[in-house]
Amino acid sequence: MFGKLTLDAIPYHEPIIMIVAAFMAIGGAALLGALTYYRKWGWLWNEWFTSVDHKKLGIMYFVVALVMLLRGFADAIMMRTQLAMAAGGAAGYLPPEHYDQIFTAHGVIMIFFVAMPMVIGLMNLVVPLQIGARDVAFPFLNNLSFWLFAVSAILVNISLVVGEFAKTGWLAYAPLSGIEFSPGVGVDYWIWALQISGIGTTLTGINFFVTILKMRTKGMTLFRMPIFTWTSLCANVLIIASFPILTATIALLTLDRYFGMHFFTNDFGGNMMMYVNLIWAWGHPEVYILILPAFGVFSEVIATFARKRLFGYKTMVWATVAITLLSFIVWLHHFFTMGAGANVNAFFGIMTMIIAIPTGVKVFNWLFTIYRGSLELTSPVLWTLGFIITFTLGGMTGVMLALPAANFVLHNSLFVIAHFHNVIIGGVVFGMMAGLTYWFPKAFGFTLSEKWGKRSFWCWFIGFYVAFMPLYVLSFFGAVRRMQSYANPEWQPWMILAWVGAVIIMMGIACTIIQFWVSIRDRKLNADLTGDPWDGRTLEWSTSSPAPFYNFARLPEVGDIDSFWSQKQRSNEQLDEAPYTDIHMPRNTVAGPVISFFALIMGFALVWHIWWLAAFGALGVVVSFIARVFNEDIDYYVPAAEVARIEREHQKRKTSAPSSAVSDREQTNYVEARA
Amino acid sequence: MQLPTHWRRRGTFVLVVLCLLLTGCSSALLDPKGQIGVEQRSLILTSFGLMLIVVIPVIVMTLLFGWRYRRSNSAAKYLPDWAHSNAIEAAVWTVPCLIIVVLAFLTFKTSHSLDPHKPLESDVEPMEIQAVALDWKWLFIYPEQGIASVNELAFPVDTPVRFRVSSGSVMNAFFIPRLGSQIYAMAGMDNDVHLIADEEGVYPGRSTNYSGAGFSGMTFDAHVTSADEFDAWVENVRAADDTLTFPEGYNALAEPTEYHPVEYFSAVTPELYEAIVSSFHGGEGSGHGGHGGHTSHGDAISDAQDSHGESSELESANAAPQQAAIGHVTNQHAGDDHAISGHPTSIEAGG
Repeated sequence: MFGKLTLDAIPYHEPIIMIVAAFMAIGGAALLGALTYYRKWGWLWNEWFTSVDHKKLGIMYFVVALVMLLRGFADAIMMRTQLAMAAGGAAGYLPPEHYDQIFTAHGVIMIFFVAMPMVIGLMNLVVPLQIGARDVAFPFLNNLSFWLFAVSAILVNISLVVGEFAKTGWLAYAPLSGIEFSPGVGVDYWIWALQISGIGTTLTGINFFVTILKMRTKGMTLFRMPIFTWTSLCANVLIIASFPILTATIALLTLDRYFGMHFFTNDFGGNMMMYVNLIWAWGHPEVYILILPAFGVFSEVIATFARKRLFGYKTMVWATVAITLLSFIVWLHHFFTMGAGANVNAFFGIMTMIIAIPTGVKVFNWLFTIYRGSLELTSPVLWTLGFIITFTLGGMTGVMLALPAANFVLHNSLFVIAHFHNVIIGGVVFGMMAGLTYWFPKAFGFTLSEKWGKRSFWCWFIGFYVAFMPLYVLSFFGAVRRMQSYANPEWQPWMILAWVGAVIIMMGIACTIIQFWVSIRDRKLNADLTGDPWDGRTLEWSTSSPAPFYNFARLPEVGDIDSFWSQKQRSNEQLDEAPYTDIHMPRNTVAGPVISFFALIMGFALVWHIWWLAAFGALGVVVSFIARVFNEDIDYYVPAAEVARIEREHQKRKTSAPSSAVSDREQTNYVEARA
Repeated sequence: MQLPTHWRRRGTFVLVVLCLLLTGCSSALLDPKGQIGVEQRSLILTSFGLMLIVVIPVIVMTLLFGWRYRRSNSAAKYLPDWAHSNAIEAAVWTVPCLIIVVLAFLTFKTSHSLDPHKPLESDVEPMEIQAVALDWKWLFIYPEQGIASVNELAFPVDTPVRFRVSSGSVMNAFFIPRLGSQIYAMAGMDNDVHLIADEEGVYPGRSTNYSGAGFSGMTFDAHVTSADEFDAWVENVRAADDTLTFPEGYNALAEPTEYHPVEYFSAVTPELYEAIVSSFHGGEGSGHGGHGGHTSHGDAISDAQDSHGESSELESANAAPQQAAIGHVTNQHAGDDHAISGHPTSIEAGG
């Protein structure tokens, strides 16, 4: 009846898990209680869960990502604590059974459920606004993508209290992830969480690819697109080209595990090297899916706050395109030590280094954007400057790893760990924090507290160096990744130092939480009434904050790069006053959450081999999808009068605001200084 | 004119000293004890130094520009529409390109000179040691001496050693940090790495590739000794009571254990390593119990053996042609592309 699922699947004997579960239950109950008490369920369902508005979906991606960041960080600090203790024969407090799940969960969560949703969330929030569109090309698919991702996050969290998570490392290398060596349900949770969210990601890739190519406003040629849109376009090309590889690879592993096939087993002709090749053929483009949009954020931030055109726009675009193409022919550098020949290794090593050229060019272009600019040192700018320094160092260690002959001593060591945190924290996290702060007013209509934003930056920046520089040092001692304990007591001081760094990063996360609290409390004082709090350059700043659900009352026309900026430079007068027209908009849909809910049931049932329930879930997915397909009532028109009313209100607020954006911000600073 | 070179040399020197001070002599990679490791250290430091040519200016420029062009500094020039300069574009493309050209050359050269499969040049006759990763210990087979050990390795100083590396379980990697290059250990694949030690001592080694619950304890000591001491070690192993037979004794050893103590085997089944590698190549019905799952395998093993009582003869009969094939392939290792050298054997036999 219940497949492999019994009451024993709940780890009563693990106090740490039970305490975490208790906190989750209390927190969840409090949240649900509050929603019921304040009668917010209808609002949540109608305004948010079923919404096809790309801005709301972007916000929901970010909310889930930030919650999962807390979970992923809890894993991180538990690991650092274990390694600070388990020296010279000491066992620490986490047995391998538990520790191995934690490092796997940390990697999976941070990449798939924190970094990816932040990047995709930001694309959702910003791209349609930047290209002057009213929504994405396929609004329902967009909602479905989000929910497929959200239920996968739920599935990963279920594994905490029902059963176990994979103990294989985040990429679940075969044959360790095969049924022979991992008979438990951990790898199955990994499989179904990644399959479901992976399909969502592929749909997002297609959606945004089409949106950017087909839905740009009048006059916006490809070479007038804002850089963030360019980097998003490239990231979506990477998604479309690489995520099917992931889906297929995991499907083959599923056949091995569920049907006794032998794609990646040790025997019967199975080949683990094929698994490693395939997973990295997806895995390397994946890191560029994360970093390219972050590059885009830095380009926008630096041009806006330096009040200067981005230096070398075309170079930036071509560098991005070059990185996109090159990222597909470097995957072997993740396993030079497999024993490929010298020519093969040299090829992939050199290709990897070549990526450093366009990346280096981008770095110089950012620097020359600052040069002869007028740089306001806001928190997004601090994140950007911190990024340039940190990412450059990370790029350097990356090139060292790309030298096959050096890789033979650095591979699998803590050097690798330090390197990719160097680029992912320094690049993706800093980029997402910068982007969050920068576009927050466009999403919510008020700016975030600069004071707490800067504190968060300094904690992350210093914390990163204290946490990860010791790992570079330890790698030279011969310390490797994924070890639960180590014999050499000389390593311990470095491990303790790394733990201190993790605590400093934790303070950075706390600062961000306080930042939200303080900013929401002072939202009236920090309100962005003009829609253009930073004196921005691109179209998203030409509409009100928060942007109306139809984005633009009249679709803007674009004459060059940074067209909003040049329009402001030309004149302040209100030009055309063409009458508003009815606006065609997509209707909200219940199909996304419903289909995804059935997908969750199916995924959970497949993990536990509850076949009838899996069939029920699959049937639910198909039937609810068909129901959606036959639903003709998917759009409506906003009457011109309603548009006029909303726009009038925005104009009224705008004129009541202090005359310019600058004084607006000065007022903010003044308020903060007093606070 | 002399100054820059002089400074650069001094810079490199300071850098090395700084690194050494930071990490002390206990840093395996900065204080290597073998020719391969020494070359890898110099490669790491060279590439580090080369990249600092870009990295240091970038960091300095970031801080300098960020401060100089801050909004409150009215003394700095502000050109809001200045967004292009051919000279700067040329420079920012050329400098990284030049550095990468140098690095690419270095990459190509060292990929060949430090190819782990390349036999080392030496006057001393090379020896062969076969390393098999098991759950969770290392089995070292000495084919020339006909002995084996678990989690302890010994070989004479200044003697090139060819380690043939495979696995009886999941993927691992064989690594002695002080000597240089690591290589993956994969079931059914015959990988190899050539190493040499030029100083006597005891050097820790380990698996670097995560392989399950007992991974942290998958360590061993490599004893690099004089020729005489090595002979004494061999005699000591030969005096051990245990012998290692295939498949019975091997299957028992392959049972998952954690922090396995050092063990010696005074004799081993001939062609043991080849038998282990080819045990994964059989198709339907060629039982090879040794790599049972991490949890339950006792039954699987006996089943496999029962299913064909001639197991051991079969395996050894199989071993001969298999070994020829393996030998053939690995002999080419000195040549160019044996990347896929593990493949032909595994795919042919396994397909």
